[in-house]
Amino acid sequence: MDVEAAKMIGAGIAVIALMGVGVGIGNIFSTLIASIARNPAARGEVFGIGILGFALTEAVALFALLIAFLILFA
Amino acid sequence: MAGSSAPTEGGFPSPVEQFHLLEMINIDVAGLNLSFTTSAFYMMATAVLVGVFLVQSMKGRHLVPTRLQSMAELSYEFVAGMVRENVGSEGRPYFPFIFSLFMFILVGNLFGMLPFGHYTYTFTSQIIVTFAMAMAVFIGVTVIALMKHGLHFFSFFFPSGAPVYMAPLLIPIEILSYLSRPVSLSVRLFANMMAGHTMMKVFGTFVVLLGAFGVAPMVVLVALTGFEILVAVLQAYVFTILTCIYLNDALHLH
Repeated sequence: MDVEAAKMIGAGIAVIALMGVGVGIGNIFSTLIASIARNPAARGEVFGIGILGFALTEAVALFALLIAFLILFA
Repeated sequence: MAGSSAPTEGGFPSPVEQFHLLEMINIDVAGLNLSFTTSAFYMMATAVLVGVFLVQSMKGRHLVPTRLQSMAELSYEFVAGMVRENVGSEGRPYFPFIFSLFMFILVGNLFGMLPFGHYTYTFTSQIIVTFAMAMAVFIGVTVIALMKHGLHFFSFFFPSGAPVYMAPLLIPIEILSYLSRPVSLSVRLFANMMAGHTMMKVFGTFVVLLGAFGVAPMVVLVALTGFEILVAVLQAYVFTILTCIYLNDALHLH
């Protein structure tokens, strides 16, 4: 198989991991919205932690993307 | 990142070409290439900008702050609040370090959003830079913990309240997750910056390739640039708050 083709296929398979990240981020924000709906006064506190959780989950997405880029370009 | 210069479709260079460094002043010390690159230039520019901003804005020391002074006070209060909440009053001696870390990463990330490809550079998109910062935090926090708690520090790896027979399973896992902290801290920042800029480059290529229909990728590119600015600020915040959390772990074992 051509090296370029193998690289493309590898990069494509590597980003399947983003499926889990999508579920995770959706989970975080759905709980965030539900908790603000239950108790609107908690918005300030909960929002900071929610954004922190989002950034940490996004990091996992970027680990997967990093592997894809490494396969594709290096 | 050894990105090849091989042209991709349409004769464009590879999207990782933007991470190649331009040597501004060539310094060669006994075979080691210690040139002053764009990365070093932007690190200096960040330090100078933050320093000048803070000194100049606080020059008047008005009781009712002017606009510039208000900006400096806001950033101070933001980081001070972060340290106070996450570390407590014992974290105050470490506040200058955490503030410098936050401002350095924030301004460094934002400098990367400037255009003029070859002459601007995001120094946080280099793994060695983020790794150095993460290692500084990790080693600093471990040394602080060892100095404060001595050998009792190793009880950190065995959470109290867990049954003793779980120890052989729990302790290696805890140690491994502790050792992976600098890795995750550095790769998070590095991957966010590198992936973001690479995506912007790829969409930019689409805009040119599609010609007249390039309006569609252009709209996405505008949204992506806005998102990248958000990510720049967010990643600085996340790096700093994780540093505060690790410091809290060191100062108060659990």
